[in-house]
Amino acid sequence: MWRVATVVALRDETPTARTLTLDVPGWPGHVARQHVDVRVTAPDGYSAVRSYSIASAPDSQAQIELTIEQLPNGEVSPYLTQVVAPGDRLEVRGPIGGWFVWRTEQTEPVQLIAGGSGIVPLMAMIRSHLSARNTSQFRLLYSVREPEALFYRDELGALSKDKYSVGVTYAYSRKTPKDWPRPPGRIDAALVANATWPSVLAPTCYVCGPTSFVENVTALLTASGNERDKIKTERFGSTGDRK
Amino acid sequence: MTSLDSNYLDGNAAAGELSKIFAMDVTAAEGQCAHCGARKRFAEAHVYMQSPGIVARCAICQHVLLRLVNVRDRVLLDVRGMAYLSIDAARTP
Repeated sequence: MWRVATVVALRDETPTARTLTLDVPGWPGHVARQHVDVRVTAPDGYSAVRSYSIASAPDSQAQIELTIEQLPNGEVSPYLTQVVAPGDRLEVRGPIGGWFVWRTEQTEPVQLIAGGSGIVPLMAMIRSHLSARNTSQFRLLYSVREPEALFYRDELGALSKDKYSVGVTYAYSRKTPKDWPRPPGRIDAALVANATWPSVLAPTCYVCGPTSFVENVTALLTASGNERDKIKTERFGSTGDRK
Repeated sequence: MTSLDSNYLDGNAAAGELSKIFAMDVTAAEGQCAHCGARKRFAEAHVYMQSPGIVARCAICQHVLLRLVNVRDRVLLDVRGMAYLSIDAARTP
């Protein structure tokens, strides 16, 4: 079932990524890590559907936030990140997906590992965790190309001040901030050992990013003793828009 | 057809299209591959969405589990690659 959503706010996260706040009358509510399908239709009737993760925690106002990264050859993402304006309407279908979700009733330690825009669904979990005052211990390992590519920079930076805090470790794959202790590179066994929960605590691990990133991280987590059943993965497509 | 290496998404990505057909959330359902017998959540299947429809393959043996194609006003669904789907009727996403 498609619902008509109205764009009510826009916020730039990086030079190529933007958060859209949508007002969705009749929105039934969602659980962290669900997504929506967005359908945009051109004046000539041509329409395209893409799937985007919900970034916001569930609230009572029938609003959702999507953070969308513009892909160079994308058909839909350039429109959503550059053209769309407050007051514009889109169609959305959802919330969708019930297997990768995180529920506020969960109490085990949670390890989040994000690659690039894979942070978006994990941010929904962090926001839900905080707003529910959930007692699970959360850690985030967030890998990006360079400092300028960080999403939610201020919000993540403020997390350590909260009593339900989330431990955040950044990893830079191509360029680091000045005087950063770790040289640029992808996530490796040493970083997993230093920045993630020990496997003896049996954390539930949520890994989200490009396919190669997810494969690499899943192999590292398994090698460090995590059970495959405790690792929930979500891959983004490597070419074109994520559909 | 492109190679089956890395250009796939998780079964989760097919949830929107499948919601046109199934009233309950299929991604959390357990299915058995008719080819190798592996029992996995549908969300763990490998899904290829570059085609005119959706092809879902077993994460273990790569056998085709499901094909869904939109043709004008019809939706064609082929699920012979799955021996069964076990859906939690109480689960509300």
